[in-house]
Amino acid sequence: MKQMRPNDMMLQVSMRLITLIIFAFSFYLFLAGHNNPGGGFIGGLMTASAILVLYLAFDMKTIKKAIPFNFTTMIGVGLLFAVFTGVASMLFGFPFLKHFFDYFQFPIFGEVELTTALPFDLGVYLVVVGAALTIILAIAEDDK
Amino acid sequence: MNVNEISEFIAAVLMLAGSIMAVISAVGIIRFPDVYTRSHAGTKSSTLAVLLTLLGAFLYFAIAEAFVSVRLLLGILFVFLTAPVAGHLIIRAAYRAHVEMADITIEDELKEVISQKEEEKDQSHLR
Repeated sequence: MKQMRPNDMMLQVSMRLITLIIFAFSFYLFLAGHNNPGGGFIGGLMTASAILVLYLAFDMKTIKKAIPFNFTTMIGVGLLFAVFTGVASMLFGFPFLKHFFDYFQFPIFGEVELTTALPFDLGVYLVVVGAALTIILAIAEDDK
Repeated sequence: MNVNEISEFIAAVLMLAGSIMAVISAVGIIRFPDVYTRSHAGTKSSTLAVLLTLLGAFLYFAIAEAFVSVRLLLGILFVFLTAPVAGHLIIRAAYRAHVEMADITIEDELKEVISQKEEEKDQSHLR
């Protein structure tokens, strides 16, 4: 039997909606990590899975054009974020990775606690997204 | 009965209905003859089971503890969106892999459509 090009309309339309929800939820998990279950690791894994679902629904070239990130450099950027938060406290005479926090007033959110753990977590997040997608795309990229 | 007891009762009824649905869907998966009817049992009733259970949990936390869990609402929406699509894709893959239908099947309308498409494709290749 000849190979027919399948019409993935159902998958593609629903994935457009579903990836939005997954992205929003992964961002929520990333921000909620300080006081609730969540954090950089599962937030990053969830973002990676959202991008993976896009790769499943569309073909490789389309997504490469839509998300033009190099995921290998993303690992490097994440590690730089993590190291920078550690070194930044050393610059002010505190030990490596000393943690600071303070409360700020924002117009919409009200009082918000901002900590230096957040940029560190952002580093973890970027490393996880980059590593997961690099592994999966390296396996998947066998076709010409 | 005060508000807490009523909310507990509603949540318990919803969750019980959800678990009964899940049992019915499991029985359907065992009893039905082929993939297509099994997915009919597995997709629809287990989706409803999950929805009812989550709705029960959501109502309980919303009324008894005054905690509106957006995550549960999002979970309801998400299961409602994804489970039918997953069933559709699995069954489509099964049909394209030529999985046999049960003997009691009367009509297969998709077969004609697909063979017609293939003929059109063959003719366009010849031109």
